[in-house]
Amino acid sequence: MIDLTVTVNGKAYRESVEPRLLLSDFLRHSLGLTGTHVGCEHGVCGACTVLLDGVSVRSCLLLAAQADGRDLITVESLAENGQLNSLQQAFHECHALQCGFCTPGILMAATDLLARGTPTRPDIVDMLSGHLCRCTGYEPIVDAIEKAARR
Amino acid sequence: MKAVAFRYERPETVDEAVAVLAEHGDEAKVLAGGQSLVPVLNMRLLRPSVVVDINCVLSIDNVTRDNGSTRVGALVRQADPRLGELPLVPECLPHVGHFVTRNRGTVCGSIAHADAAAELPLALTLLGGSVVAASTRGRREIAAAEFFVTHFTTELAPDELVLETVWPTGADGWGYAFEELAQRRGDFALCMVAAAARGSEIRVALGAVVDRPTLIEVDPGAPGESAAAQVEPFGSLHASAGYLRHLVRVLVDRAVARARERAA
Repeated sequence: MIDLTVTVNGKAYRESVEPRLLLSDFLRHSLGLTGTHVGCEHGVCGACTVLLDGVSVRSCLLLAAQADGRDLITVESLAENGQLNSLQQAFHECHALQCGFCTPGILMAATDLLARGTPTRPDIVDMLSGHLCRCTGYEPIVDAIEKAARR
Repeated sequence: MKAVAFRYERPETVDEAVAVLAEHGDEAKVLAGGQSLVPVLNMRLLRPSVVVDINCVLSIDNVTRDNGSTRVGALVRQADPRLGELPLVPECLPHVGHFVTRNRGTVCGSIAHADAAAELPLALTLLGGSVVAASTRGRREIAAAEFFVTHFTTELAPDELVLETVWPTGADGWGYAFEELAQRRGDFALCMVAAAARGSEIRVALGAVVDRPTLIEVDPGAPGESAAAQVEPFGSLHASAGYLRHLVRVLVDRAVARARERAA
């Protein structure tokens, strides 16, 4: 077992983990943060995307042990006091989700993209190529991120 | 979809890392960005008894320039803006995985993984670059043309760690171009081509339709046709052998034409 100290959404945790435990399973099963979704577990679907030291990563392609001493941000951090943030609000207004399974990962990747400046529509489409959504047909998601970028 | 149990080692220096590799040989796997290794661990296609995480070896996160080449350290991520100065590579990178996977995946990891349909090994081969490997036995530099052996197989010994890759910065007057067709953006290529041109000289390298990135001699007057005559691609569910040969012809002609334009 490996001891790790990690900050998730501003809260410090100390846990003991098996080396093979994935970061996605650590978040969901050890910490109970089930907002991070697990789809394919080989980096293709994007549902498990979180921010590691501010940069978007696939949590299914990281070991929990690798998060030792690091700062994680998950989808649970976005809304404050039950109020959607501007990106989530744009998803709501543009009907950019239906079942919502892929949404947490897309929100976190979009949070990273928007933090780097104002993306163009092709930038958003390129980012979204790393995320599978089986409901909406993607266009409303691009619309929502574009709308959030304008705010 | 869960990895088998393994021991986790987190060395902080190159010496510590190569010592662990020397001790465990082919029972150990090096974990850098993990964008190829962790999927195969999760699918249990690999069952190493030791995983050597090099992400805390801070000395190998560097990009340095010296006489006509740029040295890219083992922890440099594919999203690193310092790669923008290399020839050819910035054109390939948008095809390497996706926005999120490039944040984590490393240049050297893609080279060491040696997928025949990966863009960075093709670029290193066309540019005539090399790989610097370290072990407790010392260091050696391996030319790209010798490094890639066949699918997922390189000249690296089990106890060797890729320290850096060396990218020739491009002699004056050369133009470069990259062409790829994949089923979806970010997928591995069905066929890809890198080309360089200067005056009447051209260099062409093929990927995905061969078992390793391969430099080929082409007829400067009919590059696509002469390239297509040299390949024996295996067809698959997604593309027949005849279609892949057609892609070689079309993509080689496009890449050579654009490389010539850029050289002019």
